[in-house]
Amino acid sequence: MANEPIIQLKDVTKTYGSGVTAFQALKGVDLEVDEGDFVAVMGPSGSGKSTAMNILGCLDVPTTGTFRFKGVPVEALDRDQRALLRRRYLGFVFQGFNLLARTDALENVELPLLYRGEPKAQRRESAMAALDKVGLKDWWDHTPAELSGGQQQRVAIARAIVTNPDVLLADEPTGNLDSKTSLEIMDLLTGLNRDLGITVLMVTHEPDMAEYARTIVHFRDGLVETVEAHSRHPGGGRDLEPESHGPSHRDPGLRRGDG
Amino acid sequence: MFFTTVILAIREIRRHLLRSFLTVLGIVIGVAAVVTMVTLGKGATAAVAEQISSLGANILQIRPGQGFGRGGGGQQAPDFDMADVEAIQEQVAGVRAVAPQAQASGLAVRNAANWQTQVNGTTSQFFTAQQWRLTDGRIWTDAEEQAGKAVCIIGSTVQQNLFRGEQAVGERFRIRDISCEVIGTLASRGQGGFQDQDDVVIMPIKAVQRRFSGNRDIRFIMVAVDDAFQTSSVQSSIESLLRERRHVGRSEQDNFNIFDTRQISETLQGTTRILTAVMGAVAAVSLIVGGIGIMNIMLVSVTERTREIGIRLAIGAVGREVLLQFLVEAVVLACLGGLIGLILAFVAVLVVAPLIQVPFLFDPQINLVAFSVSALIGVVFGYFPARRAAALNPIDALRHE
Repeated sequence: MANEPIIQLKDVTKTYGSGVTAFQALKGVDLEVDEGDFVAVMGPSGSGKSTAMNILGCLDVPTTGTFRFKGVPVEALDRDQRALLRRRYLGFVFQGFNLLARTDALENVELPLLYRGEPKAQRRESAMAALDKVGLKDWWDHTPAELSGGQQQRVAIARAIVTNPDVLLADEPTGNLDSKTSLEIMDLLTGLNRDLGITVLMVTHEPDMAEYARTIVHFRDGLVETVEAHSRHPGGGRDLEPESHGPSHRDPGLRRGDG
Repeated sequence: MFFTTVILAIREIRRHLLRSFLTVLGIVIGVAAVVTMVTLGKGATAAVAEQISSLGANILQIRPGQGFGRGGGGQQAPDFDMADVEAIQEQVAGVRAVAPQAQASGLAVRNAANWQTQVNGTTSQFFTAQQWRLTDGRIWTDAEEQAGKAVCIIGSTVQQNLFRGEQAVGERFRIRDISCEVIGTLASRGQGGFQDQDDVVIMPIKAVQRRFSGNRDIRFIMVAVDDAFQTSSVQSSIESLLRERRHVGRSEQDNFNIFDTRQISETLQGTTRILTAVMGAVAAVSLIVGGIGIMNIMLVSVTERTREIGIRLAIGAVGREVLLQFLVEAVVLACLGGLIGLILAFVAVLVVAPLIQVPFLFDPQINLVAFSVSALIGVVFGYFPARRAAALNPIDALRHE
């Protein structure tokens, strides 16, 4: 289990539209992410990184190729099954925070648990624990309008981790924040990665933020340009062996998935 | 899951109190209108039935001419006479009592008191036909009836206005310059048949004919049918008898008409019922308009909350759950609107019913139906916006500004 990558993209393409107006956003992406990794996804606009993140977040499916999440071929799942997969294994953090307006922090954090059908007392307890982890325990009854940008993003992170997800997908989580707050958020994310073992995938424009990651994936023109292992991870994590992205490790994973 | 969704819906409604209220205003008014109309209509129908039945059961009323008025069209139909009355009495089976009536009105005067009233000339059978009891005194004798003596039996309204609680029987008063002796007083019947039935002076028919109308015409015959007989068969016997007596040719229409009070009652009740139905239908249209109002706001709400829907879908809500959320929201809104409408209708009927002198008959059925219909409207008009919300693509929804 530990050796099997949690995420495997193999020759994934994504085409929007059809005919003359067709646009190929991904042109055959291969990528593997190990459990517990902290990956920064970088690349200029239009490089396909957002499309890749949508697919990794099970919000979208590849046009061709395979995406295995924990060995399960996601492209074979229907809309509802993917929703259930997101509910169970994924947490999302967005650039624009995307909290429910006029709803206090606690209710926002409770939201994913509501869809899991957890009883109220348990929901409350888990949500308070998650708020505690992001350092906002005392702010539980504040609505987004009453919170600063950094605090809102922390509430969003609490919402993402309240279900104890395997993977946290963060789409430019510091894009709307000043540099000091950005650093706080990055510390929080690396802490979650280190202490809870949550695999983090983060899209970012800023090289400073990418410095926090253990692996940096560069996208260009719909393809993965480079995969760069990083040793300056503040969490002091292990260096990745370059071979872990090689095809030799992918095949056993596929077989296991098929079995 | 369902319970949670209801809680969520109520939260959402509470968060937008004013908008929610405006959304359901149509339903509130629709339900209130339907329930008020139908409740008042039922009350009115009951009131009409009550009034008609106070005229007496199994009573046939015979008038000359066609329709309610006298001499419906063209030639004036002749009045009846005593011979007609006697013929009905003797030749038609199943007649319990026949009372001819000659009517006049006049000012009754006693000492300083005076009172404008109705004088009703009839035979002693009138009291049998109407089953009207006396509280004091007696009915006139056959001899007095034959002689057309100026004796009278007065209704309680007349008694009150002329005698003010004093002993009336044995006293005299003047009516249209004729002195008449009170020999009896009638039990009160109250409001009925659209007029005060107690505001009447009853005298032997000959006295009225001779002293007031100056002829022997009878404008109105009342026939009480024996309970053992069918009113309709008695009615047709009288009809053929009168056709013969009045020389109505085979091809001609009756120059008189016979009303069955029950038939009148049924007709009037039917009319009120139709009126109620029509008003109810108009009100029901407003209920549908209310439903469209809900759909409107829910559609706007879906657009406005696209991002929220995106968030919910992204964190793992299944399309079905989003659909359910919006559907439940619409239904809860509609039900709340229905409930407010019912309360409003209750208050409205409570206020209006006494004003238009109609009894307040609380009808659980119409309340239940109106409430169910408003819930149904919530489902029907909430479904389309809810489905639209559920079908949103999470990626696009999240990008929505």
